[in-house]
Amino acid sequence: MKSAVVLLPGLNRDRDMIVALTKISGQAPATVWQTDTEIPDVDLIAIPGGFSFGDYLRCGAIAARMPVMRAVAEKAAKGVTVIGVCNGFQILVEAGLLPGALMRNASLKFVCRQVKLEIANANTMFTRRYRPGQIIRSPVAHHDGNYFADAETLARLEGEGQVVFRYAEGTNPNGSINDIAGIVNDRGNVLGLMPHPENLIEAAHGGNDGRALFESALGLAA
Amino acid sequence: MKARITVTLKNGVLDPQGKAIEHALSGLGFDGVGQVRQGKVFDIEITGTDKAKAEADLKAMCDKLLANTVIENYAVEIA
Repeated sequence: MKSAVVLLPGLNRDRDMIVALTKISGQAPATVWQTDTEIPDVDLIAIPGGFSFGDYLRCGAIAARMPVMRAVAEKAAKGVTVIGVCNGFQILVEAGLLPGALMRNASLKFVCRQVKLEIANANTMFTRRYRPGQIIRSPVAHHDGNYFADAETLARLEGEGQVVFRYAEGTNPNGSINDIAGIVNDRGNVLGLMPHPENLIEAAHGGNDGRALFESALGLAA
Repeated sequence: MKARITVTLKNGVLDPQGKAIEHALSGLGFDGVGQVRQGKVFDIEITGTDKAKAEADLKAMCDKLLANTVIENYAVEIA
């Protein structure tokens, strides 16, 4: 399965994402730079974490307006699978590809720790290799992961099963509404999440709880 | 022309930074401080003299970049 990783100045988890996709899909992802207007034919596009454009203005705001994001939006509209992790999630909401906003953590502190995630919907293309309600571990590292959406949007997300990952067992690190850690768009092909599944894919990471997310998204057989 | 854009959080959107400032002001001994909300100010110089066009452009800048209208309101003033 072919994949591509979006590169922007200030991202710092791009290499982790490239390594994870290489190990799981068996081939190195293509890389696309912020000024690229076309993305090669791939099955999966990943936007990694970091601090694109120094988090100036709002996290992800400037990245979301770069040419490559228009190309991502076009691919998403054609049904290509898109994953945004951490800053990638912030970029997807700023680009309007996912609803809501990610605000400063309620604690006002940068959080870097391991949390527990509940698979809130195992019937998505990103979670089909997990069990419904399964609790997995995942690292988080962010300052602005406090998910917010107005009441109407929130009701729609909850009603349509678009909340895919929830912080579990009191581990919500940022004050996110309804413990939301990750959501999909209404079509179900664009996922944004604050945790870093790419950092928990093999024994050397201390576990591989994040691996099934990529296996699901890449359509790999068990 | 000089323009000032003020971006503020919408009502009902939690503002942890404003809350922290509110507590800090109380801690400094300022009595009677109610709710504090933090926002942003942009001072922008606009070339040209067409005020109506400048205002329309500034609003478009807010919608496209300067404000996240999911959580923020904006106001445009031209001096």
